[in-house]
Amino acid sequence: MEIGVCVKRVPMVGGRIVLTPDEQEVDTRLSGFTISPHEECAVEEAVQITERLGGTVSVITLGPPAAADQLRDALALGAKRAVLLETDGREWGPVATTAAIVAEVRRHAAGGVGYDLLLCGNEAADTGDYQVGVRVACALGWPCVTGIKKLEISQDGAGASARASREYRGGAETFEFGLPAVICVKEGINLPRYPSLPGRLRAKRAEIERYEPGWQAEGLRKRSLRVPASQRKQATVLGTGTDAVPALLGVLEEWGLLP
Amino acid sequence: MTVLCLVETDADGAADASLRALTFAGRLAGSGASPGERPPGTPRGDDGAWPASRQAPSRVPVAVALFGPVDRVPAGALAAYGAASAHVVEPGHLDGYAPRAWARALAGLAAETGAAAVVAAATDRGSEVMAYLGALTGLPLAANCVQADPVAGGGYQIVRHRWAGLLLEDASLDGSPALMTIATEAVPAEPVAEPGALAVHPYAPDTDADDLRVRATETAGHSSGASLATARVVVGGGRGVGGPDGFAPLEELAGLLGGVLGVSRVVTSEGWRPHRQQVGQTGTKITPELYLACGISGAIQHMAGCAGAKHIVVVNTDPAAPILAHADYAVVGDLGEVIPALVAALRARAGPA
Repeated sequence: MEIGVCVKRVPMVGGRIVLTPDEQEVDTRLSGFTISPHEECAVEEAVQITERLGGTVSVITLGPPAAADQLRDALALGAKRAVLLETDGREWGPVATTAAIVAEVRRHAAGGVGYDLLLCGNEAADTGDYQVGVRVACALGWPCVTGIKKLEISQDGAGASARASREYRGGAETFEFGLPAVICVKEGINLPRYPSLPGRLRAKRAEIERYEPGWQAEGLRKRSLRVPASQRKQATVLGTGTDAVPALLGVLEEWGLLP
Repeated sequence: MTVLCLVETDADGAADASLRALTFAGRLAGSGASPGERPPGTPRGDDGAWPASRQAPSRVPVAVALFGPVDRVPAGALAAYGAASAHVVEPGHLDGYAPRAWARALAGLAAETGAAAVVAAATDRGSEVMAYLGALTGLPLAANCVQADPVAGGGYQIVRHRWAGLLLEDASLDGSPALMTIATEAVPAEPVAEPGALAVHPYAPDTDADDLRVRATETAGHSSGASLATARVVVGGGRGVGGPDGFAPLEELAGLLGGVLGVSRVVTSEGWRPHRQQVGQTGTKITPELYLACGISGAIQHMAGCAGAKHIVVVNTDPAAPILAHADYAVVGDLGEVIPALVAALRARAGPA
């Protein structure tokens, strides 16, 4: 089972988000970088599948040279191969990102291996475009489902197939289809492991394949970013401990929320 | 010309998120949905949004696309929220959920009705179908929009969520039709003042075998209880609950208030509660009347999930916890004492059983 996992380097945001003075980016001078929790789960899921069925996990990212850090984080967790689709640091939209990933999939297939499965996070933490996985799948003619929180991959003489489920209105809906496919997963599909020390050492030395895809303009163009004005102010303290319960009941009553 | 809106339905009728998307579609239709002029120098409001145009808008009708038996169309609700027509794909043509086939139907309906824009609530299904529609048509898709205004000369000026709503992006969107999903936690559903009649038309989409390769083989659930996304009251528990055994009083309180339990990310990462109960950027975005957050410090990724709550009340031992900066009221104290006392007071109010 050859699995590619797509991850994206995003700012690690903590207490609040600060923008650059030109309002074009999140100010990252004081923050680190990470990948989305959905993508951490995608890496973990891929590693678990290859532990069971054999094969290789490749981790793929599109980003600046420093995005190699995020590739090495995934290598430390069990990915074996890393691919950096290198950019000059400017923001890439979903259409350009799709083209770069599709080119990597075709390049890998032309090299004689080829991916059986691409796993993506359901959406990137920063841009939240919710579409790259589907666009990649359609360009390749592969099936795709999103929002997946349970995945079973099986392999037999007839080939490999997926049974993928997600939450649906308090229950679940399930999809079954043959591979190759693109599956976009959500946090909750597994509990990601922590990297091992040998894993970290191997990741530090690992070679990273680098390619330079071409940027292209998009029909959705960012003009500027802003922090929404908070709808609320500092809370009024009703009281301390159980003494505050009558006041709390009064507030709930006023809002019409008591049965 | 229309604005076309995907509406998801279940046994109870139209999904709440879809009525919110329909409200958005109605606003778009009221703005003319096609290039118009904004008076130069128009200032933005405090929320950063453009004020409603003072020009008489050239209203276009809102058309709805939905999938299911034609006799189950929630016609009253659709008309109440501004739809003029419903185009219904019946199970005979397409049974169950198949995202690419649904997108194919939307593409056909967009062409047939001359849609200036196609919108859907940013639910799992809505986001997925719209991504497929973008991929099938080669059109750009703006996800999680909260506002859209036509621009003179074509296209839209949109405002959309980034970072699950922690940031707003002002952007330009091209495409005919313009494709948008709606961040429905930020767009309340509002009935229109003068609902018209709803014209219902069956629609047979032109799907092929590839469109049906991905289809839901099992759809289970429709649990009768309130879901986290639509609950009127959510009682939240965080690290301060202390462990997997500490949630019973919170669940009891939620039950007494007719609500459900929600939890912070640390609770699901620790395995104390299942992930489906997580409120936040990577969990569920909630829109209750009341979010009672207990033992939750208020990481911004959590606040992204509860920004749609009408009222937030906090129970926390730490009066300096960040969540207090986003709440209406706070009780400073140990939830292990405050919540049982609140439960007891509510029981006493209800009187002897």
